[in-house]
Amino acid sequence: MSDLRTTPLFALHQELGARMVPFAGWSMPVQYPAGIIAEHRQCREKAALFDVSHMGQLEIAGEGAAGRMETLVPADIQALAAGRARYTMLTAADGGILDDLIVTRTPDGLFVVVNAGCRDEDTAIIRKAMEPDFGVRELGGRALLALQGPMAADILERLCPSANGLAFMQSAELDVAGHACRVSRLGYTGEDGYEISVAVEAAEPLARILLDMDEVGPAGLGARDSLRLEAGLCLYGHDIDISTTPIEAGLRWTIGKRRIADRDFPGHERIIAEIHNGPDRRLVGLRPEGRAPVREGTEIQDGDGRIVGRVTSGAFSPTLGAPVAMAHVESANAATGTRLQAILRGKPVAAEVVKLPFVPHNYHRQEKA
Amino acid sequence: MALYFSKDHEWVSVEGDIATIGITNHAQEQLGDVVFVELPEVGRTVTRGEESAVVESVKAASEIYAAVGGEVSEVNEAIVETPEKVNEDAEGSAWFFRLRLADKGELDDLMSREQYDAFLATLD
Repeated sequence: MSDLRTTPLFALHQELGARMVPFAGWSMPVQYPAGIIAEHRQCREKAALFDVSHMGQLEIAGEGAAGRMETLVPADIQALAAGRARYTMLTAADGGILDDLIVTRTPDGLFVVVNAGCRDEDTAIIRKAMEPDFGVRELGGRALLALQGPMAADILERLCPSANGLAFMQSAELDVAGHACRVSRLGYTGEDGYEISVAVEAAEPLARILLDMDEVGPAGLGARDSLRLEAGLCLYGHDIDISTTPIEAGLRWTIGKRRIADRDFPGHERIIAEIHNGPDRRLVGLRPEGRAPVREGTEIQDGDGRIVGRVTSGAFSPTLGAPVAMAHVESANAATGTRLQAILRGKPVAAEVVKLPFVPHNYHRQEKA
Repeated sequence: MALYFSKDHEWVSVEGDIATIGITNHAQEQLGDVVFVELPEVGRTVTRGEESAVVESVKAASEIYAAVGGEVSEVNEAIVETPEKVNEDAEGSAWFFRLRLADKGELDDLMSREQYDAFLATLD
């Protein structure tokens, strides 16, 4: 256990009574004494604070970095205005997904947040593409806090009045309770909220200020997982991976129109072919009947008993009070309303293909002018 | 009424030749929020160590292996209807099932409360 990395909030997690688990080489809180369901509800009803400092943060210097980033991802990064963020993925030459990430355009370059599990590989890929023309800096001195929930905006406004001026997927360098932060209005829960990149030394003081507010409670990786699943958001290594293309995963919306026309991103042959012809399989939402959770790896069969897919994420949804799952299924069985069966402990359980998300998103979208 | 514990974190309460089986408070704490319980059918004969019930939390599924063998005589439908009872009262009203002991000698391999507490202390 001693070789696990710890975040700047490790002592605070222990003080709060968190159960720490190894996650991607880090010791992280899976839950606090309130428990996953209470923490999940805290986020859906009020606001929850997550430590996501295990994620990798990178700064890339130079205005041309946006164009260079497009050699790695299929999103239109050059069209991003400064202060805007985009969800995208590093793609492989065969169209598979190497990782998903958030790229933010800054006034003089890019700010990138990658998954903990792919941190070193992603950094190496990005460095190779950028250097020596554009400097890549790993922000090892920064922690990352996520404040998520319908009350997040009211709460952060008390510490940072201008944060509420950000719309969903906007980002700015702002002063939060006297600490210089990068505040981004986005997250991984389906709720309104922020991710706050803050100096390591300021992370615990800022977390304590937030947790001292009545509306805020701490939430661990367990609730983070059930929240993102309800929101239909993919988890790398589970719903998406090197063998999955963005089209199979329902991420067509992340691919820039100009990028499709220019055909110049890694894996464009397969990805564009799938846009036109449809992929062989698709990531879908499933609502199994009954109460039993249907877990990752569970096989899915059609009405004739033929295996047509496999569950990639499954849990019990606290909001719906019922099991929910995401699965890769053959495209012929992927239409909303298709009746399938999950094989649970040897017995078939009826499951219907449903639209994602399971629980509607509650983002603070910018009003269209 | 005698109370026994297993290394799989089950408790067994014995009255006559009827054993009531549940999971310990430690087990429910480790599981976290319980959202689903599946119990054996009444009349089924389970042998010691056989998978006889399933308990699932938000995060994970766990199989319950019978700490002692016998014919299932009663199951606790209340925890099927309301699985969170397992978190609230694991060593009391949230028992899992009752069985008619096939071999009382199997109880000798279980632990007393004191032995179980000592066993728990070795786990951290």
